[in-house]
Amino acid sequence: MRAPISTAFAIATGLLVLVGAFLPLPVLLPIRQILLSWTIPVAATAGLIAILNLLSVHWRKLNSARERDYYSIILLLAFVATFAAGLILSPTDPDFQKIVTHIQFPVEASLMGVLTVTLTYASIRLFQRKRGWLAVLFTASTILFLILLSGFLNVSENLPFVKELLAALNTLPIAGARGILLGIALGSITTGLRILIGADRPYSG
Amino acid sequence: MMMVEAIIALALIAVTAGLILLLTLQRNILRSGIRPLPAFERLRQAIGLAVENGTRIHITLGKAGLPASTSAAGLVGLTTLERIARVSSISDRPPLATSGEGALTLLSQDTLRAAYRQINQLELYDPSRGRLTGPTSFSYIAGALPITDGENVSAHLAIGNFGPEIALLMEAGDQQESFTLAATDSLSAQAALFTSSQETLIGEELFAIPAYLNSGPVYTASLQVQDILRWGVIIVIIAGSILKLLGFV
Repeated sequence: MRAPISTAFAIATGLLVLVGAFLPLPVLLPIRQILLSWTIPVAATAGLIAILNLLSVHWRKLNSARERDYYSIILLLAFVATFAAGLILSPTDPDFQKIVTHIQFPVEASLMGVLTVTLTYASIRLFQRKRGWLAVLFTASTILFLILLSGFLNVSENLPFVKELLAALNTLPIAGARGILLGIALGSITTGLRILIGADRPYSG
Repeated sequence: MMMVEAIIALALIAVTAGLILLLTLQRNILRSGIRPLPAFERLRQAIGLAVENGTRIHITLGKAGLPASTSAAGLVGLTTLERIARVSSISDRPPLATSGEGALTLLSQDTLRAAYRQINQLELYDPSRGRLTGPTSFSYIAGALPITDGENVSAHLAIGNFGPEIALLMEAGDQQESFTLAATDSLSAQAALFTSSQETLIGEELFAIPAYLNSGPVYTASLQVQDILRWGVIIVIIAGSILKLLGFV
Protein backbone atom coordinates (compact mmCIF):
# COMPACT_ATOMS: atom_id res chain seq x y z
CA MET A 1 0.00 0.00 0.00
CA ARG A 2 1.19 3.51 -0.86
CA ALA A 3 1.67 5.95 2.03
CA PRO A 4 0.17 3.79 4.81
CA ILE A 5 0.56 6.46 7.52
CA SER A 6 -1.25 9.21 5.63
CA THR A 7 -3.92 6.70 4.55
CA ALA A 8 -4.49 5.54 8.14
CA PHE A 9 -4.59 9.16 9.33
CA ALA A 10 -7.08 10.14 6.60
CA ILE A 11 -9.36 7.15 7.35
CA ALA A 12 -9.27 7.78 11.11
CA THR A 13 -9.96 11.51 10.69
CA GLY A 14 -12.78 10.84 8.23
CA LEU A 15 -14.41 8.26 10.50
CA LEU A 16 -14.18 10.51 13.57
CA VAL A 17 -15.76 13.47 11.76
CA LEU A 18 -18.45 11.28 10.14
CA VAL A 19 -19.46 9.47 13.34
CA GLY A 20 -19.31 12.77 15.26
CA ALA A 21 -21.67 14.38 12.73
CA PHE A 22 -24.33 11.71 13.29
CA LEU A 23 -23.84 10.75 16.94
CA PRO A 24 -23.27 13.61 19.40
CA LEU A 25 -21.13 11.52 21.75
CA PRO A 26 -19.34 13.66 24.40
CA VAL A 27 -16.03 11.86 23.69
CA LEU A 28 -16.17 12.68 19.99
CA LEU A 29 -17.38 16.29 20.08
CA PRO A 30 -14.11 18.02 21.17
CA ILE A 31 -11.99 15.86 18.81
CA ARG A 32 -14.35 16.63 15.91
CA GLN A 33 -14.29 20.34 16.70
CA ILE A 34 -10.49 20.41 16.81
CA LEU A 35 -10.24 18.55 13.50
CA LEU A 36 -12.77 20.86 11.83
CA SER A 37 -11.07 23.97 13.23
CA TRP A 38 -7.84 22.90 11.51
CA THR A 39 -9.63 23.00 8.13
CA ILE A 40 -9.55 26.81 7.75
CA PRO A 41 -5.81 27.36 8.48
CA VAL A 42 -4.87 24.34 6.36
CA ALA A 43 -7.02 25.59 3.43
CA ALA A 44 -5.58 29.14 3.84
CA THR A 45 -2.02 27.79 3.83
CA ALA A 46 -2.79 25.70 0.76
CA GLY A 47 -4.19 28.83 -0.92
CA LEU A 48 -1.02 30.77 -0.11
CA ILE A 49 1.23 28.01 -1.47
CA ALA A 50 -0.93 27.79 -4.62
CA ILE A 51 -0.66 31.59 -5.14
CA LEU A 52 3.14 31.35 -4.82
CA ASN A 53 2.99 28.55 -7.40
CA LEU A 54 0.90 30.80 -9.69
CA LEU A 55 3.53 33.56 -9.37
CA SER A 56 6.39 31.16 -10.06
CA VAL A 57 4.60 29.84 -13.19
CA HIS A 58 4.19 33.40 -14.53
CA TRP A 59 7.79 34.29 -13.60
CA ARG A 60 8.96 31.27 -15.55
CA LYS A 61 6.72 32.22 -18.49
CA LEU A 62 8.19 35.70 -18.51
CA ASN A 63 11.74 34.36 -18.51
CA SER A 64 11.15 31.49 -20.92
CA ALA A 65 13.06 31.92 -24.17
CA ARG A 66 10.76 29.53 -26.09
CA GLU A 67 7.26 30.44 -24.87
CA ARG A 68 7.69 33.95 -23.50
CA ASP A 69 4.39 35.48 -22.39
CA TYR A 70 4.49 39.24 -21.86
CA TYR A 71 1.00 39.24 -20.30
CA SER A 72 2.57 37.57 -17.27
CA ILE A 73 4.26 40.85 -16.32
CA ILE A 74 0.80 42.44 -15.89
CA LEU A 75 -0.18 39.71 -13.45
CA LEU A 76 3.09 39.99 -11.51
CA LEU A 77 2.94 43.79 -11.29
CA ALA A 78 -0.73 43.74 -10.27
CA PHE A 79 0.03 41.17 -7.59
CA VAL A 80 2.96 43.16 -6.18
CA ALA A 81 0.92 46.39 -6.16
CA THR A 82 -2.11 44.75 -4.49
CA PHE A 83 0.04 42.88 -1.98
CA ALA A 84 2.02 46.02 -1.04
CA ALA A 85 -1.15 48.12 -0.74
CA GLY A 86 -2.74 45.39 1.38
CA LEU A 87 0.28 45.29 3.70
CA ILE A 88 0.46 49.07 4.08
CA LEU A 89 -3.27 49.85 4.34
CA SER A 90 -4.48 46.44 5.67
CA PRO A 91 -7.04 44.36 3.72
CA THR A 92 -9.98 45.77 5.73
CA ASP A 93 -9.18 49.38 4.85
CA PRO A 94 -12.17 50.93 2.95
CA ASP A 95 -9.92 52.72 0.44
CA PHE A 96 -8.01 49.54 -0.32
CA GLN A 97 -11.25 47.59 -0.76
CA LYS A 98 -12.68 50.35 -2.97
CA ILE A 99 -9.63 50.30 -5.27
CA VAL A 100 -9.65 46.50 -5.57
CA THR A 101 -13.41 46.15 -6.12
CA HIS A 102 -13.51 49.08 -8.58
CA ILE A 103 -11.08 47.15 -10.76
CA GLN A 104 -12.32 43.61 -10.12
CA PHE A 105 -16.07 44.18 -10.53
CA PRO A 106 -15.99 45.92 -13.94
CA VAL A 107 -13.59 43.28 -15.28
CA GLU A 108 -15.86 40.46 -14.04
CA ALA A 109 -18.93 42.25 -15.40
CA SER A 110 -17.21 42.48 -18.78
CA LEU A 111 -16.46 38.78 -18.68
CA MET A 112 -20.12 38.15 -17.85
CA GLY A 113 -21.05 40.13 -20.98
CA VAL A 114 -18.61 38.06 -23.05
CA LEU A 115 -20.17 34.93 -21.54
CA THR A 116 -23.65 36.03 -22.66
CA VAL A 117 -22.46 36.52 -26.23
CA THR A 118 -20.50 33.24 -26.12
CA LEU A 119 -23.50 31.26 -24.91
CA THR A 120 -25.78 32.83 -27.52
CA TYR A 121 -23.27 31.98 -30.25
CA ALA A 122 -22.80 28.46 -28.87
CA SER A 123 -26.58 27.92 -28.79
CA ILE A 124 -26.83 28.92 -32.45
CA ARG A 125 -24.07 26.42 -33.29
CA LEU A 126 -25.58 23.68 -31.12
CA PHE A 127 -26.92 21.60 -34.01
CA GLN A 128 -23.55 21.71 -35.77
CA ARG A 129 -21.89 20.26 -32.68
CA LYS A 130 -24.55 17.91 -31.36
CA ARG A 131 -27.11 16.01 -33.35
CA GLY A 132 -29.77 13.84 -31.80
CA TRP A 133 -32.88 13.93 -29.68
CA LEU A 134 -31.10 15.48 -26.68
CA ALA A 135 -30.17 18.62 -28.67
CA VAL A 136 -33.76 18.91 -29.97
CA LEU A 137 -35.14 18.48 -26.44
CA PHE A 138 -32.66 21.03 -25.05
CA THR A 139 -33.60 23.63 -27.69
CA ALA A 140 -37.35 23.01 -27.35
CA SER A 141 -37.25 23.26 -23.54
CA THR A 142 -35.05 26.39 -23.67
CA ILE A 143 -37.52 28.15 -26.01
CA LEU A 144 -40.53 26.92 -24.02
CA PHE A 145 -39.20 28.13 -20.66
CA LEU A 146 -37.97 31.42 -22.13
CA ILE A 147 -41.58 32.05 -23.21
CA LEU A 148 -43.02 30.81 -19.90
CA LEU A 149 -40.67 32.83 -17.69
CA SER A 150 -41.02 35.97 -19.81
CA GLY A 151 -44.56 36.36 -18.39
CA PHE A 152 -45.97 36.41 -21.93
CA LEU A 153 -48.61 33.78 -21.04
CA ASN A 154 -49.66 35.39 -17.75
CA VAL A 155 -52.72 36.94 -19.39
CA SER A 156 -54.16 33.51 -20.20
CA GLU A 157 -53.67 32.23 -16.64
CA ASN A 158 -57.31 32.93 -15.84
CA LEU A 159 -58.39 30.13 -18.16
CA PRO A 160 -58.66 26.97 -15.99
CA PHE A 161 -57.03 24.55 -18.43
CA VAL A 162 -54.14 26.89 -19.31
CA LYS A 163 -53.45 27.59 -15.62
CA GLU A 164 -53.17 23.86 -14.86
CA LEU A 165 -51.07 23.26 -17.95
CA LEU A 166 -48.63 26.04 -16.98
CA ALA A 167 -48.42 24.71 -13.42
CA ALA A 168 -47.65 21.21 -14.76
CA LEU A 169 -45.00 22.58 -17.14
CA ASN A 170 -43.38 24.59 -14.36
CA THR A 171 -42.92 21.46 -12.25
CA LEU A 172 -40.92 19.74 -15.01
CA PRO A 173 -37.61 21.60 -14.42
CA ILE A 174 -37.93 21.08 -10.65
CA ALA A 175 -38.48 17.34 -11.13
CA GLY A 176 -35.60 17.11 -13.61
CA ALA A 177 -33.25 19.06 -11.35
CA ARG A 178 -34.13 16.86 -8.37
CA GLY A 179 -33.46 13.75 -10.45
CA ILE A 180 -30.04 15.04 -11.50
CA LEU A 181 -29.20 16.18 -7.95
CA LEU A 182 -30.18 12.77 -6.52
CA GLY A 183 -27.81 11.08 -8.95
CA ILE A 184 -25.04 13.54 -8.04
CA ALA A 185 -25.67 12.98 -4.33
CA LEU A 186 -25.34 9.20 -4.76
CA GLY A 187 -22.14 9.69 -6.75
CA SER A 188 -20.77 12.02 -4.07
CA ILE A 189 -21.53 9.41 -1.38
CA THR A 190 -19.64 6.65 -3.20
CA THR A 191 -16.74 9.03 -3.98
CA GLY A 192 -16.50 10.01 -0.30
CA LEU A 193 -16.71 6.39 0.80
CA ARG A 194 -13.89 5.38 -1.55
CA ILE A 195 -11.67 7.88 0.27
CA LEU A 196 -12.99 6.78 3.67
CA ILE A 197 -12.11 3.13 3.01
CA GLY A 198 -8.71 4.13 1.60
CA ALA A 199 -9.44 2.89 -1.93
CA ASP A 200 -9.04 6.36 -3.42
CA ARG A 201 -6.07 8.39 -2.18
CA PRO A 202 -5.69 11.84 -3.73
CA TYR A 203 -3.21 12.77 -0.99
CA SER A 204 -0.72 9.92 -1.40
CA GLY A 205 2.09 11.89 -3.08
CA MET B 1 -31.18 14.59 14.24
CA MET B 2 -32.96 11.79 16.11
CA MET B 3 -30.73 9.01 17.42
CA VAL B 4 -32.64 6.34 15.44
CA GLU B 5 -32.29 8.34 12.20
CA ALA B 6 -28.56 8.83 12.89
CA ILE B 7 -28.03 5.11 13.46
CA ILE B 8 -29.97 4.26 10.27
CA ALA B 9 -27.87 6.78 8.30
CA LEU B 10 -24.61 5.36 9.70
CA ALA B 11 -25.80 1.80 9.00
CA LEU B 12 -26.62 2.77 5.39
CA ILE B 13 -23.16 4.31 4.99
CA ALA B 14 -21.53 1.19 6.45
CA VAL B 15 -23.56 -1.09 4.13
CA THR B 16 -22.63 1.04 1.11
CA ALA B 17 -18.93 0.96 2.04
CA GLY B 18 -19.19 -2.80 2.59
CA LEU B 19 -20.82 -3.26 -0.82
CA ILE B 20 -18.04 -1.28 -2.53
CA LEU B 21 -15.41 -3.46 -0.83
CA LEU B 22 -17.30 -6.69 -1.57
CA LEU B 23 -17.83 -5.87 -5.25
CA THR B 24 -14.19 -4.79 -5.57
CA LEU B 25 -12.91 -8.06 -4.13
CA GLN B 26 -15.52 -10.36 -5.70
CA ARG B 27 -15.82 -8.91 -9.18
CA ASN B 28 -17.97 -11.77 -10.49
CA ILE B 29 -20.98 -11.20 -8.20
CA LEU B 30 -22.52 -8.65 -10.55
CA ARG B 31 -21.71 -9.44 -14.15
CA SER B 32 -23.42 -6.39 -15.62
CA GLY B 33 -20.94 -4.57 -17.84
CA ILE B 34 -20.85 -0.81 -18.19
CA ARG B 35 -22.93 0.45 -21.11
CA PRO B 36 -21.01 2.09 -23.96
CA LEU B 37 -21.17 5.89 -24.01
CA PRO B 38 -19.99 7.78 -27.13
CA ALA B 39 -18.45 10.55 -24.98
CA PHE B 40 -16.00 8.12 -23.37
CA GLU B 41 -15.15 6.55 -26.73
CA ARG B 42 -14.24 10.01 -28.04
CA LEU B 43 -12.30 10.74 -24.84
CA ARG B 44 -10.22 7.57 -25.27
CA GLN B 45 -9.56 8.55 -28.91
CA ALA B 46 -8.54 12.07 -27.83
CA ILE B 47 -6.10 10.69 -25.24
CA GLY B 48 -4.61 8.32 -27.83
CA LEU B 49 -4.29 11.12 -30.39
CA ALA B 50 -2.64 13.44 -27.87
CA VAL B 51 -0.04 10.77 -27.04
CA GLU B 52 0.62 10.08 -30.73
CA ASN B 53 0.79 13.74 -31.76
CA GLY B 54 2.85 14.85 -28.78
CA THR B 55 0.22 17.36 -27.72
CA ARG B 56 -1.00 18.10 -24.23
CA ILE B 57 -4.22 17.21 -22.38
CA HIS B 58 -5.56 19.96 -20.16
CA ILE B 59 -7.70 18.93 -17.19
CA THR B 60 -9.41 21.66 -15.25
CA LEU B 61 -10.65 20.64 -11.81
CA GLY B 62 -13.04 23.42 -10.78
CA LYS B 63 -13.16 25.81 -7.88
CA ALA B 64 -14.70 23.85 -5.01
CA GLY B 65 -12.55 23.58 -1.90
CA LEU B 66 -12.23 20.28 -0.09
CA PRO B 67 -14.43 21.28 2.88
CA ALA B 68 -17.25 22.24 0.45
CA SER B 69 -20.15 19.86 -0.16
CA THR B 70 -19.38 20.05 -3.89
CA SER B 71 -15.80 18.75 -3.56
CA ALA B 72 -16.62 15.23 -4.83
CA ALA B 73 -16.61 16.43 -8.45
CA GLY B 74 -13.05 17.74 -8.06
CA LEU B 75 -11.97 14.43 -6.51
CA VAL B 76 -13.27 12.63 -9.61
CA GLY B 77 -11.21 15.08 -11.66
CA LEU B 78 -8.11 14.16 -9.64
CA THR B 79 -8.65 10.44 -10.26
CA THR B 80 -9.04 11.17 -13.97
CA LEU B 81 -5.85 13.25 -13.88
CA GLU B 82 -3.91 10.36 -12.31
CA ARG B 83 -5.16 7.92 -14.93
CA ILE B 84 -4.39 10.26 -17.82
CA ALA B 85 -0.93 11.07 -16.41
CA ARG B 86 -0.13 7.37 -16.34
CA VAL B 87 -1.55 6.63 -19.79
CA SER B 88 0.18 9.62 -21.40
CA SER B 89 3.55 9.13 -19.69
CA ILE B 90 5.12 8.14 -23.02
CA SER B 91 3.95 11.41 -24.57
CA ASP B 92 6.39 14.30 -25.12
CA ARG B 93 4.03 16.65 -23.32
CA PRO B 94 2.62 15.54 -19.97
CA PRO B 95 -0.92 16.61 -18.98
CA LEU B 96 -1.62 19.97 -17.41
CA ALA B 97 -4.02 20.48 -14.48
CA THR B 98 -5.58 23.80 -13.55
CA SER B 99 -7.91 24.69 -10.71
CA GLY B 100 -9.45 27.66 -8.94
CA GLU B 101 -8.75 26.60 -5.36
CA GLY B 102 -5.52 26.27 -3.40
CA ALA B 103 -5.98 22.83 -1.82
CA LEU B 104 -7.17 21.40 -5.14
CA THR B 105 -4.04 22.78 -6.82
CA LEU B 106 -1.76 21.11 -4.24
CA LEU B 107 -3.70 17.85 -4.63
CA SER B 108 -3.35 18.03 -8.42
CA GLN B 109 0.43 18.39 -8.03
CA ASP B 110 0.45 15.52 -5.55
CA THR B 111 -1.66 13.37 -7.88
CA LEU B 112 0.74 13.97 -10.79
CA ARG B 113 3.70 13.13 -8.55
CA ALA B 114 2.03 9.94 -7.29
CA ALA B 115 1.18 8.85 -10.86
CA TYR B 116 4.77 9.30 -12.07
CA ARG B 117 6.20 7.68 -8.95
CA GLN B 118 4.01 4.62 -9.49
CA ILE B 119 5.34 4.12 -13.00
CA ASN B 120 8.91 4.87 -11.87
CA GLN B 121 9.17 8.03 -13.96
CA LEU B 122 9.40 10.67 -11.27
CA GLU B 123 11.65 12.77 -13.52
CA LEU B 124 8.53 13.61 -15.57
CA TYR B 125 7.01 15.43 -12.59
CA ASP B 126 6.91 19.20 -12.89
CA PRO B 127 5.04 21.13 -10.15
CA SER B 128 4.12 23.86 -12.64
CA ARG B 129 1.87 21.33 -14.41
CA GLY B 130 -0.57 21.63 -11.51
CA ARG B 131 -1.60 25.29 -11.41
CA LEU B 132 -3.89 27.68 -9.66
CA THR B 133 -5.11 30.00 -12.42
CA GLY B 134 -7.13 32.30 -10.19
CA PRO B 135 -8.75 32.29 -6.76
CA THR B 136 -12.18 33.67 -7.82
CA SER B 137 -14.69 32.18 -10.30
CA PHE B 138 -13.92 34.56 -13.17
CA SER B 139 -10.19 34.98 -12.49
CA TYR B 140 -9.90 31.17 -12.54
CA ILE B 141 -11.43 31.01 -16.02
CA ALA B 142 -9.61 34.14 -17.23
CA GLY B 143 -6.31 32.63 -16.06
CA ALA B 144 -7.05 29.33 -17.80
CA LEU B 145 -8.04 30.90 -21.15
CA PRO B 146 -4.45 31.50 -22.43
CA ILE B 147 -3.81 27.74 -22.13
CA THR B 148 -6.17 27.11 -25.05
CA ASP B 149 -3.82 28.67 -27.59
CA GLY B 150 -0.45 28.82 -25.87
CA GLU B 151 0.46 25.36 -24.61
CA ASN B 152 -0.10 23.01 -27.56
CA VAL B 153 -3.23 21.47 -26.03
CA SER B 154 -5.36 19.11 -28.09
CA ALA B 155 -7.97 18.15 -25.46
CA HIS B 156 -9.63 20.09 -22.68
CA LEU B 157 -11.40 18.15 -19.95
CA ALA B 158 -13.45 20.13 -17.44
CA ILE B 159 -14.19 17.78 -14.54
CA GLY B 160 -15.22 19.42 -11.27
CA ASN B 161 -17.44 22.09 -9.80
CA PHE B 162 -17.85 25.13 -12.04
CA GLY B 163 -20.14 28.05 -12.67
CA PRO B 164 -21.59 28.81 -16.13
CA GLU B 165 -18.41 30.81 -16.89
CA ILE B 166 -16.65 27.52 -17.72
CA ALA B 167 -18.40 27.83 -21.10
CA LEU B 168 -15.83 30.52 -22.00
CA LEU B 169 -12.99 28.00 -21.66
CA MET B 170 -14.79 25.25 -23.54
CA GLU B 171 -15.75 27.59 -26.39
CA ALA B 172 -12.17 28.88 -26.59
CA GLY B 173 -10.91 25.29 -26.75
CA ASP B 174 -13.41 24.48 -29.47
CA GLN B 175 -12.28 27.54 -31.48
CA GLN B 176 -8.76 26.04 -31.44
CA GLU B 177 -10.25 22.76 -32.78
CA SER B 178 -9.37 20.90 -29.60
CA PHE B 179 -11.52 18.11 -28.18
CA THR B 180 -13.64 19.36 -25.28
CA LEU B 181 -15.40 17.22 -22.67
CA ALA B 182 -17.15 18.59 -19.59
CA ALA B 183 -18.64 17.00 -16.51
CA THR B 184 -19.85 18.94 -13.52
CA ASP B 185 -22.18 18.68 -10.54
CA SER B 186 -23.53 22.22 -11.03
CA LEU B 187 -26.89 22.41 -12.81
CA SER B 188 -26.35 25.90 -14.25
CA ALA B 189 -22.90 24.92 -15.55
CA GLN B 190 -24.31 21.73 -17.10
CA ALA B 191 -26.80 23.80 -19.09
CA ALA B 192 -24.07 26.21 -20.26
CA LEU B 193 -21.70 23.34 -21.07
CA PHE B 194 -24.29 21.46 -23.10
CA THR B 195 -24.12 24.19 -25.73
CA SER B 196 -20.41 24.99 -25.52
CA SER B 197 -18.54 21.68 -25.18
CA GLN B 198 -18.35 18.87 -27.71
CA GLU B 199 -19.20 16.19 -25.14
CA THR B 200 -21.14 16.89 -21.95
CA LEU B 201 -21.74 14.35 -19.23
CA ILE B 202 -25.07 14.91 -17.51
CA GLY B 203 -25.70 14.31 -13.81
CA GLU B 204 -24.10 11.26 -12.24
CA GLU B 205 -22.26 10.33 -15.48
CA LEU B 206 -19.52 12.53 -13.98
CA PHE B 207 -18.80 9.87 -11.36
CA ALA B 208 -18.47 7.16 -14.01
CA ILE B 209 -15.38 8.68 -15.67
CA PRO B 210 -12.74 6.72 -13.66
CA ALA B 211 -14.59 3.44 -14.31
CA TYR B 212 -14.76 4.12 -18.05
CA LEU B 213 -11.04 4.95 -18.11
CA ASN B 214 -10.26 1.57 -16.49
CA SER B 215 -8.79 3.19 -13.40
CA GLY B 216 -9.33 0.06 -11.30
CA PRO B 217 -11.92 -2.43 -10.03
CA VAL B 218 -12.94 -0.21 -7.11
CA TYR B 219 -14.31 2.39 -9.54
CA THR B 220 -16.41 -0.18 -11.41
CA ALA B 221 -17.65 -1.51 -8.06
CA SER B 222 -18.45 2.03 -6.97
CA LEU B 223 -20.48 2.55 -10.14
CA GLN B 224 -22.40 -0.68 -9.52
CA VAL B 225 -23.12 0.37 -5.92
CA GLN B 226 -24.35 3.73 -7.24
CA ASP B 227 -26.82 1.81 -9.46
CA ILE B 228 -27.98 -0.29 -6.49
CA LEU B 229 -28.50 2.88 -4.42
CA ARG B 230 -30.39 4.48 -7.30
CA TRP B 231 -32.78 1.54 -7.47
CA GLY B 232 -33.22 1.82 -3.70
CA VAL B 233 -34.15 5.50 -4.04
CA ILE B 234 -36.58 4.72 -6.91
CA ILE B 235 -38.29 2.02 -4.84
CA VAL B 236 -38.57 4.34 -1.81
CA ILE B 237 -40.04 7.16 -3.96
CA ILE B 238 -42.60 4.84 -5.61
CA ALA B 239 -43.51 3.20 -2.29
CA GLY B 240 -43.87 6.61 -0.66
CA SER B 241 -46.13 7.83 -3.48
CA ILE B 242 -48.35 4.72 -3.24
CA LEU B 243 -48.60 5.03 0.56
CA LYS B 244 -49.52 8.71 0.20
CA LEU B 245 -52.16 7.89 -2.44
CA LEU B 246 -53.64 5.26 -0.13
CA GLY B 247 -53.67 7.75 2.73
CA PHE B 248 -51.20 5.96 5.02
CA VAL B 249 -48.75 8.89 5.16
